[in-house]
Parts: sequence; C-alpha cells; structure tokens
Amino acid sequence: MEDLTDVYNELIMEHSMNSYNKRKLDDATISEIGHNPNCGDEITLEIKLNGNIIEDLAFSGHGCAISQASTSIMIDTLKGKTIEEGREIIKTFIGMIKREITDEDELKKLEDAIAFKNVANMPARVKCALLAWHTIENMLNEKV
Amino acid sequence: MNIEEIKKDFPIFKNTNITYLDNGATTQKPIQVINAINEFYEKYNANPHRGAYGLSIEATKYYENTRAKVAKFINAKHTEEIIFSKNATESLNLLAYSYGMDNLKKDEEIVLSIMEHHSNLVPWQKVAKTTGAKLNYMYINDKFEISNEEIEEKITKKTKIVGITHISNVLGTINDVKKIIKYAHKMGAIVIVDASQSIPHEKIDVQDLDADFLIFSGHKMLAPLGIGVLYGKRELLNKMTPFLMGGDMIEYVYEQDTTFAPLPNKFEAGTQNVEGVIGLGAAIDYIEQLGYDTIQQIEKEVVDYAIDELTKLDYLELYITPNRKNHSSVISFNIKGIHPHDVASILDSNGVCVRSGNHCAQPLMRYLGIDSTCRASFYFYNTKEDVDKLIEALNKAYNMFKKYINI
Repeated sequence: MEDLTDVYNELIMEHSMNSYNKRKLDDATISEIGHNPNCGDEITLEIKLNGNIIEDLAFSGHGCAISQASTSIMIDTLKGKTIEEGREIIKTFIGMIKREITDEDELKKLEDAIAFKNVANMPARVKCALLAWHTIENMLNEKV
Repeated sequence: MNIEEIKKDFPIFKNTNITYLDNGATTQKPIQVINAINEFYEKYNANPHRGAYGLSIEATKYYENTRAKVAKFINAKHTEEIIFSKNATESLNLLAYSYGMDNLKKDEEIVLSIMEHHSNLVPWQKVAKTTGAKLNYMYINDKFEISNEEIEEKITKKTKIVGITHISNVLGTINDVKKIIKYAHKMGAIVIVDASQSIPHEKIDVQDLDADFLIFSGHKMLAPLGIGVLYGKRELLNKMTPFLMGGDMIEYVYEQDTTFAPLPNKFEAGTQNVEGVIGLGAAIDYIEQLGYDTIQQIEKEVVDYAIDELTKLDYLELYITPNRKNHSSVISFNIKGIHPHDVASILDSNGVCVRSGNHCAQPLMRYLGIDSTCRASFYFYNTKEDVDKLIEALNKAYNMFKKYINI
C-alpha cells in the first residue's frame, strides 16, 4: 500500500487547514466559482489584475485537504506573475498531475506547487488537485 | 456458519488483500455466480425468444426459469409481474415514464422521502415538471427516521404516488414500508418501494408488504452488474404503456401502427442481458442456500461490533439512528474537521475500501447540513477483523491530521 505522508505533507496540511489566502478581495477584477459536483467541493476564486500583472488572488469555499491546499498554494505561486507566465505555470501544473510533464527542470517553475506531484499516483484525487487550476485557467482564457 | 469458509466462495478475496466495506455500492461475486455465467456462455448461449432451434429454446428456458425464480424469491403472485431491466435506475425511470407521466394531473402530489437516492428522485422531478404535479418530501427527525406524524402529514388525498426507499443507502435507516403502504393506500396513492439496499439483507415479500411496485438491482446482492428488476402488480402493469420500443415487445407491427406483446415482454425491448439474468438466478440460489436468517445473524454481530467500536472514537461523528432495530448495515461517519475524501484516501492506502461523497443523495446531505460522509457498508462475508482494520486505519487518518485540525 502506498504511503500517503508524501501527499499529506507539512506544506499541504498547513495550507489546507489554515490558509492565509482564504479571504475576500475588496477590489477583485474577476471572480469565479469552481466546483466538483460529485464530491461537493466548491471554491470561489478572486483575481485582481493590474495591467498584465496578477497582482492579488484570494479564495473562499470548502472541500478536501487536497483541493483547499492546491488552491492556496496556487495563489502563492501565481501572485505577482504576468498573465502569460501564469498561463504557462497552470499548463505545467495540469501536465504534472496528468503525468504528461515529468521533466524536473520544467517543473521548477511551479515552486511550492510541485508538492502535489504525487497526486498523479492517486487517480481518485486528481480532480481535487486540479479544481482551482482549471477554474483559473478558465478565468484567464475567457475573462481577460 | 464460519465466515472464513463463506469468504472462500469469493475469488476476489483470494486475489486481493483488501478490506471491502463498500457493499452498499456493489457486492463481490461468489464463484457460483461467476460459474453460472461461464456455463451459460460455454453451453447455452443463444438469443432467447428468437430462434426455433434447440439452443435458443434452451436459452429461453434459462431466462424464463429465472423470472419464475425471482417471482418466488419475492413472493410475487404471478411470474409475469417480474420485469428485467438494466438496473434499479432503469426500473424507476420505467415507472416514472410509463406510470407517472400518464397517471398524474396538475396539482396532484408525488411524495418521496428526503433519503431517496437520486434514481428515485430525479425522474420524479421530471414527471412533476411535465404534469404540473407537486413533489413533496417526508423529512427525517433527529433520530434519522420518518415519524408517523410526518407520514400522515405529507401523504394526503391529493397524493397519487409515494416513492420510498426500504433502507437508506446513507443512513442505514430501515423504513417501515408496510406501514407507509397501508397509509398511502388508505389515501388512494400507489407506492413504489426501492428495495436496492434491503433485498441483499432481508426477505422481501411483495404480497405481505402489499407493494404496488418494488425495484432492485442485482449487483448489490451478489449478481453481476447490469441487471435490475421491476416488480409490479399485474393489473397496474397491464394498464401501462411500454417504456422502450423495439424488438420482442411487439405483437404486430404495421407501417404506421403496432400492437404490443403481453406482460412481461411488453417491457423488455431488444435483446436482454441474459448472462445478467442467469447470474441473478445463481445469486438468489446462493442467498437462499445461506439463508436470510444466517445472513442477518452474521451481519448483526459484525455491525453491532462496528457500531460499538466506532462509538468509542470520540473524534468521529456517526449518522445512524440510536434505534438499533431500525438500522441496517450501512454506517455513515465523518472525522470532525477532516474531509471524507481525505479520510477515504488514507483508508484506501491501508487497504480499506469505503465510499466517500454524497452517495447520490444530495438533498439528504443538504438537509443534514453536510457535504459528504464516509460510508462503511457491510455484507455477510465481512468479519470483526475487517472492523478492526477500519478502526486502525481511522486512527491513522486522525493522527495524521490531528495537529492541523481546527474545528
């Protein structure tokens, strides 16, 4: 049986249970709800853009440790990046979870979000890890 | 009866090292069922009702004999009151379309319990929207049971259809369907019983219940996936229009019109799942040979033990009625402060299979004020050791999370 301590590691646990990114933005540019109806996980993601820069992000909602931590760590990773850089990071993260991208150098740009690498070994939880990333991918593609 | 001996009938337990506690979703299959299907394909495979040759007649015999076996199993008065379907969901859709759409008028009422599975709920929403009928719910009390007052308040003279699950797939509550049927009949309504969660565990007697319709799926009672049953009183089925149209459900087909076959063929369009039917027959044989008394005796001992042990874990929230006699073999629970999907993943990593989620019962979850639960559901091949493994894995999950939990 698989040891899950590499998935439920310190970083992921901290972000899932006590995230400083779980708050409201006063002046969000875009806001969108992402949900997995099958498991009831639901997040509201807010982005504040400043020109081409993703200046601030926040989330609210509820879900499992993996979906909550993934949302929070995504926010840390994307904050301050340009929209183009953001899109590239999102693509890389989704590729990592789907095991389409395994090159360590390529994964470096994910910063802390690399902590979710082992979720790729848990097919039942892939959609938990991807909830926020698919939501923001949609926001940046359709609303910017 | 020695459970270890029983377990030997189930090849999956030889081939894997799992603690299988998801019997509410589907049960494992005994070798007797697997062999029966094998034998069908090796010796009797042909399309029933079609050919004039010996093999097709043989296949027809096996298919129809199983119908008679199912009728006897649930004590139906007539064999043609048994209709084979794909699953419980298809049986319920058949009733919604072929009975509900034709028998409900604007402002008449459909009454369901809040603990219905989506399969006995979503089709009725469609019927209500199309016919203008109202959809009302019988809610549960703080013991997770439907009270007499609730039954008598919700089922009225306007009620034409009552849909009720015999046993909740989330709470394990055993509903007093006989009482509900009696009251509904007094009010002039017909009753549809979802026996999917009960027939694996207890004897069903449709005449004693006086159920108008009763449905179940085979795969939750040792049979293969893809075979379901609809029982209906003959006089009701006779009046209903067919659900699916096509081969084998007809008498005469003209360019513009068709006359339909009598029961049961009227409701069995197209080539049927014969291997499923044969497997269902073998599953019934297995259950009858073991006996419902033995099944209940084994389950009671193991489930009682599980409830006792789970109650000792003070970090756990249990969603079961305190009235043990009204509770079956499904136990829903949550570790306070930890999401059930995380708990289920950690249990899985310890070889313990439970279900987590809303269990196709979102309105019930919303009513309980929760998103989801973990659910352990037992069958007669489960042992106290399986319970111990569940407890051990739950303790591991709790210990992994406890320093981060903020409730």
